[in-house]
Amino acid sequence: MKQLVILSGKGGTGKTSVAAAFAHLAAEGNCPIPAILADADVDASNLELVLRPAMLQTHDFVGGSVAIIDPEMCEGCGTCAEVCRFDAIIFADTDQKTPQVDTIACDGCAACFYQCPTQAIKMEPQLAGQWFRSNSRYGPLFHAALRPAQENSGKLVTMVKQQARLLALDDGYELIIVDGPPGIGCPVISAASGADLVLIVTEPTVAGVHDLERVLQTTEHFGLPALVCINKADLYPEATAAIGAFCRKRGIEVVGHIPFDTTVTQAMIQGMPVTAFSDGSVADALRQIWMRVMAALSNGG
Amino acid sequence: MRIAVASGKGGTGKTTVATSLALSLDTTRTMVLDCDVEAPNAHLFLNPTFERREEVGILIPQVDGGRCSLCGRCAEVCQFHAIAVIGQNILVFPELCHGCGSCTLNCPEQAISEQLDVLGIIEAGPTPTGVYFARGVMKVGEPMAVPIIRELKRWDIEGGATSLSRQQDETYDWETIILDAPPGTSCPVVESVHGADFVALVTEPTPFGLHDLRLMVEVVHELDIPVGVVINRDGIGDAEVDKFCAEADLPVLMRIPLDRSIGAGIAQGKPLVAIRPEYTDHFRDLYRRILDIVQEAEL
Repeated sequence: MKQLVILSGKGGTGKTSVAAAFAHLAAEGNCPIPAILADADVDASNLELVLRPAMLQTHDFVGGSVAIIDPEMCEGCGTCAEVCRFDAIIFADTDQKTPQVDTIACDGCAACFYQCPTQAIKMEPQLAGQWFRSNSRYGPLFHAALRPAQENSGKLVTMVKQQARLLALDDGYELIIVDGPPGIGCPVISAASGADLVLIVTEPTVAGVHDLERVLQTTEHFGLPALVCINKADLYPEATAAIGAFCRKRGIEVVGHIPFDTTVTQAMIQGMPVTAFSDGSVADALRQIWMRVMAALSNGG
Repeated sequence: MRIAVASGKGGTGKTTVATSLALSLDTTRTMVLDCDVEAPNAHLFLNPTFERREEVGILIPQVDGGRCSLCGRCAEVCQFHAIAVIGQNILVFPELCHGCGSCTLNCPEQAISEQLDVLGIIEAGPTPTGVYFARGVMKVGEPMAVPIIRELKRWDIEGGATSLSRQQDETYDWETIILDAPPGTSCPVVESVHGADFVALVTEPTPFGLHDLRLMVEVVHELDIPVGVVINRDGIGDAEVDKFCAEADLPVLMRIPLDRSIGAGIAQGKPLVAIRPEYTDHFRDLYRRILDIVQEAEL
Protein backbone atom coordinates (compact mmCIF):
# COMPACT_ATOMS: atom_id res chain seq x y z
CA MET A 1 0.00 0.00 0.00
CA LYS A 2 1.39 3.38 -1.08
CA GLN A 3 0.66 6.92 0.06
CA LEU A 4 0.65 9.75 -2.47
CA VAL A 5 0.48 13.21 -0.88
CA ILE A 6 -0.37 16.34 -2.88
CA LEU A 7 1.18 19.60 -1.61
CA SER A 8 1.87 23.07 -2.95
CA GLY A 9 3.26 25.56 -0.42
CA LYS A 10 1.25 28.42 -1.90
CA GLY A 11 -2.52 28.01 -1.60
CA GLY A 12 -4.89 27.94 -4.55
CA THR A 13 -2.53 26.33 -7.06
CA GLY A 14 -4.96 23.48 -7.78
CA LYS A 15 -4.15 20.68 -5.29
CA THR A 16 -7.78 19.66 -4.83
CA SER A 17 -8.60 19.72 -8.56
CA VAL A 18 -5.60 17.44 -9.16
CA ALA A 19 -6.56 15.14 -6.26
CA ALA A 20 -10.15 14.85 -7.52
CA ALA A 21 -8.91 14.03 -11.03
CA PHE A 22 -6.61 11.35 -9.58
CA ALA A 23 -9.53 9.87 -7.61
CA HIS A 24 -11.45 9.59 -10.88
CA LEU A 25 -8.51 8.16 -12.84
CA ALA A 26 -7.68 5.64 -10.10
CA ALA A 27 -11.25 4.34 -10.27
CA GLU A 28 -12.00 4.61 -13.97
CA GLY A 29 -8.77 5.35 -15.84
CA ASN A 30 -6.65 3.17 -18.12
CA CYS A 31 -4.92 1.26 -15.36
CA PRO A 32 -7.32 1.32 -12.40
CA ILE A 33 -6.03 0.84 -8.87
CA PRO A 34 -8.14 0.46 -5.70
CA ALA A 35 -7.61 3.74 -3.84
CA ILE A 36 -8.76 5.49 -0.70
CA LEU A 37 -9.03 9.26 -0.63
CA ALA A 38 -8.06 11.45 2.31
CA ASP A 39 -8.60 15.20 2.55
CA ALA A 40 -5.84 16.44 4.85
CA ASP A 41 -6.83 20.10 4.54
CA VAL A 42 -9.01 20.09 7.63
CA ASP A 43 -9.20 23.90 7.85
CA ALA A 44 -10.80 24.29 4.47
CA SER A 45 -11.66 20.85 3.15
CA ASN A 46 -12.89 21.04 -0.41
CA LEU A 47 -12.41 17.57 -1.90
CA GLU A 48 -15.93 16.62 -0.79
CA LEU A 49 -17.35 19.47 -2.90
CA VAL A 50 -16.13 17.71 -6.04
CA LEU A 51 -16.58 14.09 -4.98
CA ARG A 52 -20.01 14.68 -3.38
CA PRO A 53 -19.81 11.58 -1.19
CA ALA A 54 -22.47 9.95 0.98
CA MET A 55 -21.43 10.32 4.60
CA LEU A 56 -21.32 7.03 6.52
CA GLN A 57 -19.84 7.97 9.88
CA THR A 58 -19.30 11.14 11.91
CA HIS A 59 -16.90 11.21 14.88
CA ASP A 60 -16.17 14.02 17.34
CA PHE A 61 -12.59 15.17 17.67
CA VAL A 62 -11.64 16.59 21.07
CA GLY A 63 -8.68 18.94 20.95
CA GLY A 64 -7.00 20.95 23.68
CA SER A 65 -8.56 22.47 26.78
CA VAL A 66 -9.26 26.03 27.85
CA ALA A 67 -9.09 27.56 31.32
CA ILE A 68 -12.33 28.39 33.13
CA ILE A 69 -12.19 30.59 36.24
CA ASP A 70 -14.76 30.15 39.01
CA PRO A 71 -15.60 33.67 40.28
CA GLU A 72 -16.76 32.21 43.62
CA MET A 73 -13.30 30.89 44.38
CA CYS A 74 -11.17 33.53 42.65
CA GLU A 75 -9.62 36.17 44.89
CA GLY A 76 -8.39 38.32 42.04
CA CYS A 77 -4.69 37.98 42.89
CA GLY A 78 -3.61 38.05 39.25
CA THR A 79 -1.16 35.13 39.41
CA CYS A 80 -2.86 33.52 36.41
CA ALA A 81 -2.27 36.60 34.27
CA GLU A 82 1.36 36.77 35.40
CA VAL A 83 2.15 33.20 34.35
CA CYS A 84 0.15 33.23 31.10
CA ARG A 85 2.42 33.66 28.07
CA PHE A 86 -0.47 33.82 25.61
CA ASP A 87 -2.12 37.07 26.78
CA ALA A 88 -5.25 35.02 27.46
CA ILE A 89 -6.13 36.32 30.95
CA ILE A 90 -7.68 39.75 30.88
CA PHE A 91 -8.66 41.97 33.77
CA ALA A 92 -11.61 44.14 32.81
CA ASP A 93 -11.65 47.88 33.61
CA THR A 94 -14.69 47.35 35.79
CA ASP A 95 -14.44 46.62 39.53
CA GLN A 96 -15.02 42.92 38.83
CA LYS A 97 -12.21 41.07 40.61
CA THR A 98 -12.26 37.88 38.51
CA PRO A 99 -10.41 38.15 35.20
CA GLN A 100 -11.83 36.91 31.92
CA VAL A 101 -10.27 34.14 29.86
CA ASP A 102 -9.87 34.92 26.18
CA THR A 103 -10.73 31.38 25.07
CA ILE A 104 -9.39 32.02 21.58
CA ALA A 105 -6.00 33.14 22.85
CA CYS A 106 -5.89 30.40 25.54
CA ASP A 107 -3.38 27.72 24.54
CA GLY A 108 -4.64 25.13 27.03
CA CYS A 109 -1.22 24.86 28.70
CA ALA A 110 -2.72 24.80 32.23
CA ALA A 111 0.07 26.96 33.67
CA CYS A 112 -2.60 29.10 35.39
CA PHE A 113 -4.44 25.99 36.62
CA TYR A 114 -1.31 24.83 38.50
CA GLN A 115 -0.33 28.26 39.84
CA CYS A 116 -3.72 29.49 41.09
CA PRO A 117 -3.41 29.69 44.90
CA THR A 118 -7.14 29.17 45.46
CA GLN A 119 -7.74 26.36 42.92
CA ALA A 120 -10.29 28.55 41.18
CA ILE A 121 -9.34 27.38 37.68
CA LYS A 122 -10.35 24.24 35.86
CA MET A 123 -9.35 23.05 32.40
CA GLU A 124 -12.20 22.14 30.09
CA PRO A 125 -11.63 20.02 26.97
CA GLN A 126 -12.96 21.57 23.77
CA LEU A 127 -14.71 19.93 20.83
CA ALA A 128 -12.20 20.90 18.14
CA GLY A 129 -13.91 19.35 15.15
CA GLN A 130 -15.26 16.22 13.55
CA TRP A 131 -13.94 13.62 11.16
CA PHE A 132 -15.99 11.68 8.66
CA ARG A 133 -15.91 8.45 6.73
CA SER A 134 -17.79 8.72 3.44
CA ASN A 135 -18.34 6.81 0.24
CA SER A 136 -17.65 8.61 -3.01
CA ARG A 137 -18.20 7.48 -6.58
CA TYR A 138 -14.50 6.70 -6.73
CA GLY A 139 -13.93 5.00 -3.40
CA PRO A 140 -13.94 5.68 0.35
CA LEU A 141 -13.20 9.24 1.44
CA PHE A 142 -11.91 10.28 4.87
CA HIS A 143 -12.26 13.96 5.65
CA ALA A 144 -12.72 16.32 8.57
CA ALA A 145 -13.92 19.72 9.62
CA LEU A 146 -12.01 21.69 12.18
CA ARG A 147 -14.32 24.03 14.06
CA PRO A 148 -13.66 27.70 13.35
CA ALA A 149 -10.67 29.14 15.19
CA GLN A 150 -9.61 25.82 16.73
CA GLU A 151 -6.12 24.47 17.24
CA ASN A 152 -4.67 21.01 16.73
CA SER A 153 -5.24 20.80 13.00
CA GLY A 154 -2.11 18.64 12.75
CA LYS A 155 -3.61 16.07 15.11
CA LEU A 156 -6.88 16.02 13.16
CA VAL A 157 -4.89 15.50 9.94
CA THR A 158 -3.10 12.58 11.60
CA MET A 159 -6.47 11.13 12.63
CA VAL A 160 -7.85 11.34 9.06
CA LYS A 161 -4.73 9.68 7.65
CA GLN A 162 -4.69 6.94 10.32
CA GLN A 163 -8.29 6.04 9.58
CA ALA A 164 -7.60 5.91 5.84
CA ARG A 165 -4.58 3.69 6.46
CA LEU A 166 -6.48 1.29 8.72
CA LEU A 167 -9.18 0.75 6.13
CA ALA A 168 -6.55 0.36 3.38
CA LEU A 169 -4.80 -2.36 5.38
CA ASP A 170 -8.06 -4.11 6.33
CA ASP A 171 -9.60 -4.12 2.87
CA GLY A 172 -6.52 -4.41 0.69
CA TYR A 173 -6.49 -1.00 -0.98
CA GLU A 174 -3.24 -0.32 -2.84
CA LEU A 175 -3.13 3.46 -2.73
CA ILE A 176 -4.09 6.38 -0.49
CA ILE A 177 -4.40 9.73 -2.26
CA VAL A 178 -3.92 12.53 0.27
CA ASP A 179 -5.04 16.07 -0.65
CA GLY A 180 -2.76 18.21 1.49
CA PRO A 181 -3.07 21.67 3.06
CA PRO A 182 -1.17 24.77 1.91
CA GLY A 183 1.93 26.04 3.73
CA ILE A 184 4.82 24.07 5.23
CA GLY A 185 3.89 23.95 8.93
CA CYS A 186 2.26 21.53 11.33
CA PRO A 187 -0.69 20.25 9.23
CA VAL A 188 1.60 19.85 6.19
CA ILE A 189 4.15 17.88 8.19
CA SER A 190 1.32 15.65 9.48
CA ALA A 191 -0.06 15.21 5.96
CA ALA A 192 3.33 14.39 4.44
CA SER A 193 4.58 12.04 7.14
CA GLY A 194 4.87 8.49 5.83
CA ALA A 195 4.37 9.55 2.21
CA ASP A 196 5.87 7.26 -0.45
CA LEU A 197 5.71 10.12 -2.91
CA VAL A 198 4.83 13.83 -2.77
CA LEU A 199 3.41 15.55 -5.84
CA ILE A 200 3.83 19.33 -5.64
CA VAL A 201 1.36 21.38 -7.66
CA THR A 202 2.88 24.76 -8.41
CA GLU A 203 2.09 27.70 -10.68
CA PRO A 204 4.38 29.91 -12.78
CA THR A 205 4.14 33.03 -10.63
CA VAL A 206 6.79 34.70 -8.49
CA ALA A 207 4.83 33.60 -5.40
CA GLY A 208 4.37 30.05 -6.67
CA VAL A 209 8.10 29.69 -7.40
CA HIS A 210 9.07 31.15 -4.02
CA ASP A 211 6.78 28.75 -2.17
CA LEU A 212 7.80 25.78 -4.34
CA GLU A 213 11.33 26.25 -3.02
CA ARG A 214 10.05 26.30 0.57
CA VAL A 215 7.98 23.14 0.14
CA LEU A 216 10.86 21.33 -1.64
CA GLN A 217 13.16 22.24 1.25
CA THR A 218 10.53 20.76 3.55
CA THR A 219 10.22 17.45 1.65
CA GLU A 220 14.04 17.24 1.53
CA HIS A 221 14.23 17.95 5.26
CA PHE A 222 11.98 14.95 5.91
CA GLY A 223 13.63 12.81 3.21
CA LEU A 224 10.50 12.44 1.06
CA PRO A 225 10.73 11.88 -2.71
CA ALA A 226 8.91 14.61 -4.66
CA LEU A 227 7.69 15.33 -8.18
CA VAL A 228 6.43 18.65 -9.52
CA CYS A 229 3.63 19.54 -11.90
CA ILE A 230 2.97 23.08 -13.12
CA ASN A 231 -0.62 24.30 -13.21
CA LYS A 232 -1.69 27.30 -15.35
CA ALA A 233 1.62 26.68 -17.13
CA ASP A 234 0.87 29.05 -20.02
CA LEU A 235 0.04 32.02 -17.76
CA TYR A 236 3.66 33.19 -17.61
CA PRO A 237 5.90 30.97 -19.76
CA GLU A 238 9.14 32.55 -18.49
CA ALA A 239 8.37 31.34 -14.96
CA THR A 240 7.36 27.91 -16.26
CA ALA A 241 10.79 27.65 -17.92
CA ALA A 242 12.47 28.89 -14.72
CA ILE A 243 10.68 26.23 -12.65
CA GLY A 244 11.83 23.59 -15.14
CA ALA A 245 15.45 24.75 -14.91
CA PHE A 246 15.30 25.00 -11.14
CA CYS A 247 13.88 21.47 -10.79
CA ARG A 248 16.45 20.00 -13.22
CA LYS A 249 19.26 21.52 -11.17
CA ARG A 250 17.80 20.01 -8.03
CA GLY A 251 17.18 16.61 -9.62
CA ILE A 252 13.39 16.91 -9.29
CA GLU A 253 11.30 15.63 -12.19
CA VAL A 254 8.61 17.90 -13.68
CA VAL A 255 5.85 15.45 -14.63
CA GLY A 256 3.55 17.73 -16.56
CA HIS A 257 2.16 21.12 -17.49
CA ILE A 258 -1.54 21.89 -17.07
CA PRO A 259 -2.81 24.79 -19.19
CA PHE A 260 -4.83 27.66 -17.73
CA ASP A 261 -8.46 26.90 -18.58
CA THR A 262 -11.75 27.87 -16.96
CA THR A 263 -12.98 24.30 -17.62
CA VAL A 264 -11.47 23.52 -14.21
CA THR A 265 -13.88 25.96 -12.56
CA GLN A 266 -16.82 24.73 -14.67
CA ALA A 267 -16.13 21.15 -13.54
CA MET A 268 -15.91 22.31 -9.91
CA ILE A 269 -19.30 24.02 -10.21
CA GLN A 270 -20.79 20.79 -11.62
CA GLY A 271 -19.24 18.86 -8.73
CA MET A 272 -17.12 16.73 -11.06
CA PRO A 273 -13.41 15.99 -11.42
CA VAL A 274 -12.20 17.82 -14.50
CA THR A 275 -11.14 14.52 -16.14
CA ALA A 276 -14.72 13.24 -15.85
CA PHE A 277 -16.19 16.55 -17.01
CA SER A 278 -14.34 17.15 -20.29
CA ASP A 279 -11.83 15.64 -22.69
CA GLY A 280 -9.98 18.88 -23.31
CA SER A 281 -6.34 19.80 -22.89
CA VAL A 282 -6.56 20.04 -19.08
CA ALA A 283 -7.93 16.49 -18.82
CA ASP A 284 -5.24 15.21 -21.23
CA ALA A 285 -2.49 16.82 -19.19
CA LEU A 286 -3.86 15.33 -15.96
CA ARG A 287 -4.05 11.83 -17.48
CA GLN A 288 -0.40 12.06 -18.49
CA ILE A 289 0.62 13.35 -15.07
CA TRP A 290 -1.31 10.51 -13.43
CA MET A 291 0.50 7.90 -15.55
CA ARG A 292 3.89 9.37 -14.69
CA VAL A 293 3.05 9.57 -10.99
CA MET A 294 1.90 5.94 -10.99
CA ALA A 295 5.09 4.92 -12.78
CA ALA A 296 7.19 6.75 -10.20
CA LEU A 297 5.25 5.13 -7.35
CA SER A 298 5.76 1.62 -8.69
CA ASN A 299 9.47 2.19 -9.47
CA GLY A 300 10.48 4.05 -6.33
CA GLY A 301 9.04 4.25 -2.83
CA MET B 1 -6.42 51.32 11.87
CA ARG B 2 -5.45 47.68 11.59
CA ILE B 3 -6.90 45.88 8.57
CA ALA B 4 -6.37 42.13 8.24
CA VAL B 5 -6.71 40.53 4.82
CA ALA B 6 -7.72 36.88 5.05
CA SER B 7 -9.50 34.28 2.93
CA GLY B 8 -9.96 30.69 4.08
CA LYS B 9 -9.11 29.30 0.64
CA GLY B 10 -5.56 29.83 -0.54
CA GLY B 11 -4.62 31.67 -3.71
CA THR B 12 -7.66 33.94 -3.81
CA GLY B 13 -5.61 37.15 -3.90
CA LYS B 14 -4.97 38.15 -0.28
CA THR B 15 -1.47 39.43 -1.02
CA THR B 16 -2.68 41.22 -4.16
CA VAL B 17 -5.30 43.11 -2.13
CA ALA B 18 -3.06 43.75 0.90
CA THR B 19 -0.17 45.18 -1.13
CA SER B 20 -2.23 47.26 -3.54
CA LEU B 21 -4.34 48.67 -0.72
CA ALA B 22 -1.15 49.77 1.05
CA LEU B 23 0.24 51.33 -2.13
CA SER B 24 -2.97 53.32 -2.64
CA LEU B 25 -2.86 55.03 0.77
CA ASP B 26 -0.52 57.59 2.35
CA THR B 27 2.40 55.20 1.96
CA THR B 28 4.70 56.87 4.48
CA ARG B 29 2.15 56.23 7.22
CA THR B 30 1.32 52.68 6.18
CA MET B 31 2.89 49.42 7.25
CA VAL B 32 2.34 45.96 5.82
CA LEU B 33 2.88 42.90 8.02
CA ASP B 34 3.16 39.59 6.18
CA CYS B 35 1.76 37.08 8.69
CA ASP B 36 1.94 34.12 6.29
CA VAL B 37 5.17 32.90 7.84
CA GLU B 38 4.99 29.50 6.11
CA ALA B 39 4.70 30.86 2.59
CA PRO B 40 5.42 34.60 2.72
CA ASN B 41 5.00 36.41 -0.60
CA ALA B 42 4.19 40.08 0.03
CA HIS B 43 7.88 41.08 -0.16
CA LEU B 44 7.89 39.98 -3.82
CA PHE B 45 5.50 42.84 -4.60
CA LEU B 46 6.91 45.50 -2.23
CA ASN B 47 10.70 44.93 -2.57
CA PRO B 48 11.74 45.91 0.95
CA THR B 49 15.31 46.50 2.11
CA PHE B 50 15.44 44.71 5.44
CA GLU B 51 17.26 46.73 8.09
CA ARG B 52 16.27 44.82 11.22
CA ARG B 53 16.14 41.14 11.91
CA GLU B 54 15.59 39.03 15.01
CA GLU B 55 15.47 35.36 15.71
CA VAL B 56 12.24 34.38 17.42
CA GLY B 57 10.80 31.26 18.92
CA ILE B 58 9.67 29.87 22.21
CA LEU B 59 11.39 29.27 25.54
CA ILE B 60 11.93 25.56 26.01
CA PRO B 61 13.05 23.82 29.21
CA GLN B 62 16.62 22.82 29.91
CA VAL B 63 16.98 20.44 32.85
CA ASP B 64 19.94 20.59 35.23
CA GLY B 65 20.69 16.89 35.81
CA GLY B 66 22.55 17.71 39.04
CA ARG B 67 19.49 19.22 40.69
CA CYS B 68 16.76 17.05 39.09
CA SER B 69 15.35 14.40 41.44
CA LEU B 70 13.45 12.61 38.63
CA CYS B 71 10.15 13.24 40.43
CA GLY B 72 8.27 13.58 37.12
CA ARG B 73 6.27 16.66 38.12
CA CYS B 74 7.30 18.43 34.88
CA ALA B 75 5.91 15.59 32.74
CA GLU B 76 2.73 15.53 34.81
CA VAL B 77 1.95 19.23 34.30
CA CYS B 78 2.93 19.38 30.62
CA GLN B 79 -0.23 19.30 28.51
CA PHE B 80 1.69 18.63 25.31
CA HIS B 81 3.78 15.55 26.24
CA ALA B 82 6.88 17.60 25.51
CA ILE B 83 8.89 16.45 28.53
CA ALA B 84 9.26 12.91 29.89
CA VAL B 85 11.20 10.93 32.46
CA ILE B 86 12.90 8.02 30.71
CA GLY B 87 14.88 5.87 33.14
CA GLN B 88 17.44 8.13 34.80
CA ASN B 89 17.01 10.92 32.25
CA ILE B 90 14.63 13.73 31.40
CA LEU B 91 13.90 14.08 27.71
CA VAL B 92 12.61 17.30 26.15
CA PHE B 93 10.85 17.19 22.76
CA PRO B 94 11.21 20.74 21.39
CA GLU B 95 8.82 20.15 18.47
CA LEU B 96 5.99 19.37 20.92
CA CYS B 97 6.77 22.16 23.42
CA HIS B 98 4.52 25.24 23.37
CA GLY B 99 6.89 27.29 25.54
CA CYS B 100 4.30 27.90 28.25
CA GLY B 101 6.79 27.66 31.12
CA SER B 102 4.56 25.52 33.30
CA CYS B 103 7.24 22.83 33.89
CA THR B 104 9.72 25.50 35.01
CA LEU B 105 7.19 26.95 37.47
CA ASN B 106 6.22 23.56 38.86
CA CYS B 107 9.65 21.96 39.29
CA PRO B 108 10.14 21.52 43.07
CA GLU B 109 13.94 21.47 42.73
CA GLN B 110 14.19 24.57 40.50
CA ALA B 111 16.15 22.34 38.16
CA ILE B 112 14.66 23.81 34.97
CA SER B 113 15.92 26.89 33.18
CA GLU B 114 14.72 28.06 29.80
CA GLN B 115 16.45 28.70 26.51
CA LEU B 116 15.21 30.15 23.24
CA ASP B 117 14.32 27.52 20.64
CA VAL B 118 14.49 29.42 17.35
CA LEU B 119 11.46 28.77 15.13
CA GLY B 120 12.10 31.49 12.59
CA ILE B 121 12.96 35.13 12.08
CA ILE B 122 11.14 38.42 11.95
CA GLU B 123 12.54 41.17 9.78
CA ALA B 124 11.55 44.68 8.80
CA GLY B 125 12.55 47.52 6.53
CA PRO B 126 11.44 50.28 4.19
CA THR B 127 10.29 49.83 0.61
CA PRO B 128 10.90 52.17 -2.37
CA THR B 129 7.29 53.39 -2.26
CA GLY B 130 7.47 54.54 1.36
CA VAL B 131 5.40 51.69 2.78
CA TYR B 132 7.15 50.12 5.76
CA PHE B 133 7.26 46.34 5.70
CA ALA B 134 7.72 43.58 8.25
CA ARG B 135 7.34 39.85 8.00
CA GLY B 136 8.00 36.56 9.75
CA VAL B 137 9.66 33.58 8.12
CA MET B 138 9.32 30.14 9.66
CA LYS B 139 12.31 27.80 9.60
CA VAL B 140 11.80 24.87 7.23
CA GLY B 141 10.85 21.71 9.12
CA GLU B 142 9.37 23.55 12.12
CA PRO B 143 5.71 22.84 12.84
CA MET B 144 4.63 25.93 14.78
CA ALA B 145 3.78 29.17 12.99
CA VAL B 146 1.80 30.85 15.77
CA PRO B 147 4.72 31.92 18.02
CA ILE B 148 6.40 33.64 15.05
CA ILE B 149 3.22 35.53 14.18
CA ARG B 150 2.76 36.47 17.84
CA GLU B 151 6.31 37.87 18.05
CA LEU B 152 5.89 39.72 14.75
CA LYS B 153 2.76 41.43 16.05
CA ARG B 154 4.42 42.27 19.37
CA TRP B 155 7.54 43.66 17.77
CA ASP B 156 8.43 47.21 18.73
CA ILE B 157 9.57 48.75 15.50
CA GLU B 158 11.72 51.82 16.04
CA GLY B 159 10.60 55.08 14.59
CA GLY B 160 7.01 54.01 14.66
CA ALA B 161 6.56 52.92 18.28
CA THR B 162 4.68 50.01 16.90
CA SER B 163 3.75 47.42 19.38
CA LEU B 164 0.87 45.41 18.01
CA SER B 165 0.31 43.43 21.17
CA ARG B 166 -3.42 43.23 21.62
CA GLN B 167 -3.21 44.05 25.33
CA GLN B 168 -1.46 47.35 24.86
CA ASP B 169 -3.09 50.64 24.09
CA GLU B 170 -3.02 51.70 20.51
CA THR B 171 -0.27 54.26 20.63
CA TYR B 172 1.47 53.58 17.33
CA ASP B 173 2.17 56.29 14.80
CA TRP B 174 1.21 54.35 11.71
CA GLU B 175 -2.11 55.46 10.35
CA THR B 176 -2.75 52.06 8.80
CA ILE B 177 -1.32 48.63 9.43
CA ILE B 178 -2.29 45.97 6.92
CA LEU B 179 -1.89 42.35 7.99
CA ASP B 180 -1.61 39.79 5.20
CA ALA B 181 -2.93 36.55 6.79
CA PRO B 182 -2.13 32.95 5.84
CA PRO B 183 -4.80 30.75 4.22
CA GLY B 184 -6.98 28.42 6.28
CA THR B 185 -9.14 29.00 9.34
CA SER B 186 -7.11 27.57 12.23
CA CYS B 187 -4.66 28.95 14.77
CA PRO B 188 -2.19 30.85 12.53
CA VAL B 189 -5.10 32.68 10.86
CA VAL B 190 -6.72 33.51 14.19
CA GLU B 191 -3.42 34.76 15.59
CA SER B 192 -3.03 36.99 12.50
CA VAL B 193 -6.49 38.60 12.55
CA HIS B 194 -6.96 38.76 16.34
CA GLY B 195 -6.92 42.39 17.45
CA ALA B 196 -7.60 43.81 13.97
CA ASP B 197 -10.18 46.57 13.57
CA PHE B 198 -11.47 45.11 10.32
CA VAL B 199 -11.10 41.92 8.33
CA ALA B 200 -11.32 42.01 4.53
CA LEU B 201 -12.09 38.52 3.22
CA VAL B 202 -10.86 37.92 -0.31
CA THR B 203 -12.68 35.17 -2.17
CA GLU B 204 -13.42 33.94 -5.66
CA PRO B 205 -16.91 33.11 -6.96
CA THR B 206 -16.44 29.31 -7.06
CA PRO B 207 -17.71 26.46 -4.86
CA PHE B 208 -14.31 26.24 -3.10
CA GLY B 209 -14.19 30.00 -2.61
CA LEU B 210 -17.71 30.05 -1.17
CA HIS B 211 -17.18 27.05 1.12
CA ASP B 212 -14.05 28.55 2.68
CA LEU B 213 -15.55 32.06 2.83
CA ARG B 214 -18.40 30.71 4.96
CA LEU B 215 -15.92 29.15 7.40
CA MET B 216 -13.87 32.32 7.62
CA VAL B 217 -16.99 34.43 8.26
CA GLU B 218 -17.71 32.18 11.26
CA VAL B 219 -14.18 32.72 12.57
CA VAL B 220 -14.41 36.50 12.20
CA HIS B 221 -17.85 36.59 13.84
CA GLU B 222 -16.49 34.56 16.73
CA LEU B 223 -13.75 37.17 17.12
CA ASP B 224 -16.38 39.91 16.86
CA ILE B 225 -14.55 41.96 14.22
CA PRO B 226 -16.32 43.95 11.48
CA VAL B 227 -15.95 42.23 8.12
CA GLY B 228 -16.41 42.80 4.38
CA VAL B 229 -15.77 40.83 1.20
CA VAL B 230 -13.60 41.40 -1.86
CA ILE B 231 -14.53 39.22 -4.84
CA ASN B 232 -11.53 38.42 -7.02
CA ARG B 233 -11.63 36.77 -10.47
CA ASP B 234 -15.20 38.01 -10.69
CA GLY B 235 -16.91 36.20 -13.58
CA ILE B 236 -14.94 32.94 -13.37
CA GLY B 237 -17.66 30.93 -11.64
CA ASP B 238 -21.25 31.34 -10.52
CA ALA B 239 -23.39 33.78 -8.51
CA GLU B 240 -23.46 31.77 -5.26
CA VAL B 241 -20.92 33.95 -3.42
CA ASP B 242 -23.03 37.05 -4.15
CA LYS B 243 -26.13 35.23 -2.96
CA PHE B 244 -24.43 34.18 0.26
CA CYS B 245 -23.13 37.71 0.92
CA ALA B 246 -26.62 39.16 0.41
CA GLU B 247 -28.22 36.58 2.71
CA ALA B 248 -25.54 36.90 5.39
CA ASP B 249 -25.63 40.70 5.21
CA LEU B 250 -21.95 40.87 4.25
CA PRO B 251 -20.95 43.98 2.29
CA VAL B 252 -19.18 43.26 -1.02
CA LEU B 253 -16.61 46.05 -0.94
CA MET B 254 -14.78 45.53 -4.19
CA ARG B 255 -14.67 43.34 -7.30
CA ILE B 256 -11.62 42.48 -9.37
CA PRO B 257 -12.60 40.87 -12.68
CA LEU B 258 -11.19 37.65 -14.10
CA ASP B 259 -8.64 39.05 -16.53
CA ARG B 260 -5.72 37.13 -17.92
CA SER B 261 -3.57 40.25 -18.20
CA ILE B 262 -4.00 40.95 -14.47
CA GLY B 263 -3.10 37.33 -13.69
CA ALA B 264 -0.03 37.51 -15.93
CA GLY B 265 1.11 40.78 -14.33
CA ILE B 266 0.77 39.42 -10.82
CA ALA B 267 2.64 36.28 -11.91
CA GLN B 268 5.58 38.58 -12.73
CA GLY B 269 5.51 40.21 -9.31
CA LYS B 270 3.73 43.44 -10.28
CA PRO B 271 1.24 44.89 -7.80
CA LEU B 272 -2.30 45.23 -9.16
CA VAL B 273 -2.10 49.04 -8.99
CA ALA B 274 1.01 48.93 -11.19
CA ILE B 275 -0.74 46.75 -13.78
CA ARG B 276 -3.94 48.82 -13.67
CA PRO B 277 -3.25 52.32 -12.24
CA GLU B 278 -6.99 53.11 -12.16
CA TYR B 279 -7.30 50.61 -9.29
CA THR B 280 -5.62 53.11 -6.97
CA ASP B 281 -8.97 54.93 -6.82
CA HIS B 282 -10.85 51.67 -6.28
CA PHE B 283 -8.59 50.81 -3.34
CA ARG B 284 -9.06 54.31 -1.87
CA ASP B 285 -12.82 53.75 -2.12
CA LEU B 286 -12.35 50.39 -0.44
CA TYR B 287 -10.45 52.09 2.39
CA ARG B 288 -13.17 54.73 2.84
CA ARG B 289 -15.84 52.05 3.01
CA ILE B 290 -13.81 50.16 5.60
CA LEU B 291 -13.43 53.34 7.70
CA ASP B 292 -17.20 53.91 7.52
CA ILE B 293 -17.96 50.36 8.64
CA VAL B 294 -15.47 50.51 11.51
CA GLN B 295 -16.82 53.87 12.69
CA GLU B 296 -20.38 52.59 12.52
CA ALA B 297 -19.41 49.49 14.51
CA GLU B 298 -17.86 51.65 17.23
CA LEU B 299 -21.08 53.61 17.78
